[in-house]
Amino acid sequence: MMAQDIGWLKPPLVDSSSTPSIYRMTRRGNLSQLLTLKTFRAGEWIVEKLLAAAGMISILFIALIFVFLFKEALQFFKTVSPMDLIGKWVYDEYDEKWVFKTMWQAISSVPKYSLLPLLCGSFLVAFPSTVISAVFGIGCGIYLSEVASDKTREVLKPTLELFAGIPSVVIGFFMLMVAATPLQDIFHTKFRMNAFVGALGVTIVAFPIIVTLVEDSLRAVPKALREASYALGATRWQTIWRTTLPAAISGVSAACILGFGRALGETMIVLMVTGNAALVTGNVFSTVRSLTANIAAEMGYVEHQSEHYYALFLVGAVLFVITFVLNIFAEIILNRMRRKLRM
Amino acid sequence: MTTALLAIPNLQARRINVLEAVFMAILHFLAYLPVCALVLILGKIVHSGIGVITWEFLTQAPVEGMTKGGIFPCIFGTLSITLLMILIALPIGVGAAIYMVEYAKEGVWVRVIRAAVNNLAGIPSVVFGLFGMGFFILFVGHHLDEVLRTGLLFGKPCMLWAAATLAILVLPVIIVSTEEALNAVPQSHRSASMALGATKWQTIRDVVLPQAKGGILTGAILAISRGAGETAPILFTGCAYFLPRLPIVKLFGIIPMINPMDQFMELSYHIFIMATQSTNAQKTMPIQFGTTLVLISLTFFLNLGAILLRSHYRKSLGQVTLQ
Amino acid sequence: MKANLISKLVMAVLAMAMTFTPASFAGRNITVTGSDTIVIMGQKWAETYMMEHPEVAIQVTGGGSGVGIAALINGTTDAANASRKIKDKEIEKAKQAGYYPEEHKVALDSLAVVVNSGNPVKELTLKQLMGIFTGRISNWSEVGGESAPIIRYSRESSSGTYQFFKEFVMKNQDYAADCQTLAGTSAIANAISKDPNGIAYGGAAYFLSQPSVKILSVKKDDKSTAVSPITADGRVDYEAAWSGAYPIWRYLYMYTPFKPKGELKAYLDWIKGPEGQKIVEEIGYVPLKGSR
Repeated sequence: MMAQDIGWLKPPLVDSSSTPSIYRMTRRGNLSQLLTLKTFRAGEWIVEKLLAAAGMISILFIALIFVFLFKEALQFFKTVSPMDLIGKWVYDEYDEKWVFKTMWQAISSVPKYSLLPLLCGSFLVAFPSTVISAVFGIGCGIYLSEVASDKTREVLKPTLELFAGIPSVVIGFFMLMVAATPLQDIFHTKFRMNAFVGALGVTIVAFPIIVTLVEDSLRAVPKALREASYALGATRWQTIWRTTLPAAISGVSAACILGFGRALGETMIVLMVTGNAALVTGNVFSTVRSLTANIAAEMGYVEHQSEHYYALFLVGAVLFVITFVLNIFAEIILNRMRRKLRM
Repeated sequence: MTTALLAIPNLQARRINVLEAVFMAILHFLAYLPVCALVLILGKIVHSGIGVITWEFLTQAPVEGMTKGGIFPCIFGTLSITLLMILIALPIGVGAAIYMVEYAKEGVWVRVIRAAVNNLAGIPSVVFGLFGMGFFILFVGHHLDEVLRTGLLFGKPCMLWAAATLAILVLPVIIVSTEEALNAVPQSHRSASMALGATKWQTIRDVVLPQAKGGILTGAILAISRGAGETAPILFTGCAYFLPRLPIVKLFGIIPMINPMDQFMELSYHIFIMATQSTNAQKTMPIQFGTTLVLISLTFFLNLGAILLRSHYRKSLGQVTLQ
Repeated sequence: MKANLISKLVMAVLAMAMTFTPASFAGRNITVTGSDTIVIMGQKWAETYMMEHPEVAIQVTGGGSGVGIAALINGTTDAANASRKIKDKEIEKAKQAGYYPEEHKVALDSLAVVVNSGNPVKELTLKQLMGIFTGRISNWSEVGGESAPIIRYSRESSSGTYQFFKEFVMKNQDYAADCQTLAGTSAIANAISKDPNGIAYGGAAYFLSQPSVKILSVKKDDKSTAVSPITADGRVDYEAAWSGAYPIWRYLYMYTPFKPKGELKAYLDWIKGPEGQKIVEEIGYVPLKGSR
């Protein structure tokens, strides 16, 4: 018990001879002090267990989300074959022939649960937005870490943080009510609400994430590297381009991966401005339905424990797995970078 | 001859200078264009919304099919749900962080908790909503109702479940900032306290936490601001399109308190439905901009407060360490 | 300090709560839950009725037709609003729970088909509508307009309107894959007003005062005459819905767990009576036939 008690002080600081005085006093057998100690110990024990429980709860919740999502998602396969997640042969009575339909249409005489249009939709929104926010995010990150004066940084950084706090529903509202029509006029698109409008909106939420991480990883690059580069006669941009950025490249790519994950998970903006038609397409100016918007749109009225209900959990599980893998991937890259920079 | 020879390095230098200038120009462009875009967006919202905001708008309920009147129930709902959320999330989050920093030995468990927290932060918010509805309402709620024989009290969307769902969502924010705050407290302070005979919990309570409270408060404010702005997790866990009354219950018939078993109206959800489902989105456009402005100001000032608080406490902590 | 702050916050919220708590009523409570389509009308009914009968307290909440009917089956509501007919399966469930759902038609809802006001097309047949929304007709020139692609808008699949339109107009065929689904009729009106090639459907009242939105007349078949759901002076045409001359309309319902009696019966009778139906008109739906 005692060894465990002092275990939190990092080992070299304390050995058994320098135990806190209260313990030493009680060894002399003072009864009242012994009693205080006992209540202390009981209290300490309870507090520690309570705190440990709080820690456990966070693990518990992620485990619960994981287990619950997959438990419900797997029920889907009790009634539907996995093949249906790609597409389904449906007899078209009008044209009198069988057609292979890759659609998501849960409310239908023949429900169709193809994930292809939803994956298409999610990527058509997330990919362009990641590219745009990476270009601006890396530029802004370099500016903040390498170019800007301390004063500029002190203003610019909190400003960006404040913008990161804009609720996504506000951005969705703005894109829908204000930006969508001018964008249609500029790009002459067939659909007013399309993946590209969504991507621009999502850029606003993905951009601050990328900036922060890029700046952090550039700052982690040792000063000596830059000084060596300058000493060899390189200019500022040569140093950034050839030395600093390559040294921080893993951090920068992790930033882009996390930005991509954030873009994939964005719901409200995509729900409000992409039109939500489940199409299998490669055209960014087409209307699309993303995984997230699909859940948000259909979950409200779905019948509990119906096929459709399980299908939505399956979509949720797919989303979970994708973002989980992206997170782990980014984490591994970041860890590797930290280890390398420490050496 | 000689002039030509001299001209070559000169030309090269000039090319480098031009490149340097171009590069710097691009960097400035990349850094400031997003800021300009964001300022434009905010400007448009403030410009279109400011005219609507009156005392009546902030204190009255919507009337006439939500085409007129104010947004008080939404403000009330947002405040109550974030309050409930932080009451759930703060003890768990702070407790978990204290355990990780002060008690647990660096090892598998701490790594697992940290990984769990990291991943929790990366899960899309709509998945939380899905989980909240499936787990809290349909699983926990239904079983509670069955066991307690309460009819349909727990097994329906309500503020309690919405707050619980949001609490999980903001847990990482609280844990990470608390951890940071605890780690910033110098190890020597702990040793000194222990040397004076204080127990570990006394040390934490009387020495560590008072120094870390600024950081913890910052985390709490950030969490509130995040929770106030989220829509997807509460879409199916408790938000109402329109409620004729506030979610209030009278305790013992006299003391009014927020009713966690009631549905509620909420600012971000209100913006969503006003823009997509209300009777007339064109006619109510001013109300929508007004609501958006209120929500933005709320999150903006919360975030601003958190940023100022953080820089203040970082400075004061720095001084402590220097002394 | 933190405790202090929290207690201050709680006090503030409580203080606000106190000032806005409606005076509680002595007497009978009636709870109504269900369809979001009806919730605003239901609220207006309740407000007006309570003004005339201060001894009755009526609570109206939304959540969707399904939520209302589920509450009915669970016995937690006195009446459920529904924008669709109760399903046989749901009646079965209710009976198992010991309830015998009673249906009350409280209003009619004409669904209008709308295009942008710049579109020269004025009328469509039901068959053409089916062709357009199933995706077989995809250019306006095929139905008498200019050569431009047809951009289809619909409600979300979770809505009763989506399902009604699919069953009634499209004879249960699927919507075209590129049919955009929006969260509400308001979003649809907004989209149509900004999309010169768009077509959509929704409750007629939603489109009445919308700029740049044109309500189309609908023909049952090639031979019959085209009927508009609105009158020449721009109000919802009740006669057209009552007589069935305008084909796309539906009932809005309230369900009670038993044959209503007492206060509830009085309330439902009042709703179906002239005063209640006047509110139906104010909100923009079609009142029951014979109410005026």
